[in-house]
Amino acid sequence: MVISSNLKEARQLEEQLLRDVARFGYEEADAFAIKLALEEGLVNAIKHGNKYDQKKTVRVVSQIDEHEAAFTITDEGAGFRLTDVPDPTADENLERPCGRGLMLIRAFMDEVSYNETGNQVRLVKRRTRLDT
Amino acid sequence: MTQGNPKFSVSNNHGVTVVTLAEQRILDELSIAEIGKKLQEMIAQAPVPKMVIDFRNVTNMSSSALGMLITLHKRIREANGQLRLCNIQPTIEEVFKITRLNEIFQICKGQDEAVATIG
Repeated sequence: MVISSNLKEARQLEEQLLRDVARFGYEEADAFAIKLALEEGLVNAIKHGNKYDQKKTVRVVSQIDEHEAAFTITDEGAGFRLTDVPDPTADENLERPCGRGLMLIRAFMDEVSYNETGNQVRLVKRRTRLDT
Repeated sequence: MTQGNPKFSVSNNHGVTVVTLAEQRILDELSIAEIGKKLQEMIAQAPVPKMVIDFRNVTNMSSSALGMLITLHKRIREANGQLRLCNIQPTIEEVFKITRLNEIFQICKGQDEAVATIG
């Protein structure tokens, strides 16, 4: 799936992906985590990756089954290094209005990995099974 | 008196402005920017802003929403005002804890408690 660097398109794609997730009956907490991570990941790709450049696109590949939901989000930006992102929970950064998206993604997803360039993120949420 | 707005309602509780967020999802940047702008306009009109934001309807919230709240908090503090958050659901509370923002904001259980803590 490919969208332009447009937040409204991102929202539509997100809703479509969440409908796919819902079909497999993921628990509410899992769905919350996926929703949050998709929103943060797509906004990061459009805002920080493609810098809202309408000529650039965001590519999303999803693989959802009864065990896990995996999403790969790729933008056309220059990428970034995780080590360059300030820790938003450090005392000096606590009142900065930005910089918490990556942290929330890491907190709520089971696997988060980036390609070497830093313009692609893979997010994985394993389905919680309450009956096991 | 309650003022209508698709994204939040505003009422007055003992001289405190109570903003009840109407949407379940405070996620997307466009809506958040709109909410932030309107709330900042309200703060700017009050000599000493006293505000409670009620999250009873909110089940999802993104980092952009946190950024909007931080900016609001700063504006209110600059005006020597007070801000409280209340009725935050456990999943959203977790977001505040992970980001340590529960240490910045005063979070109360219910609306009346939040209003009562504003002097």
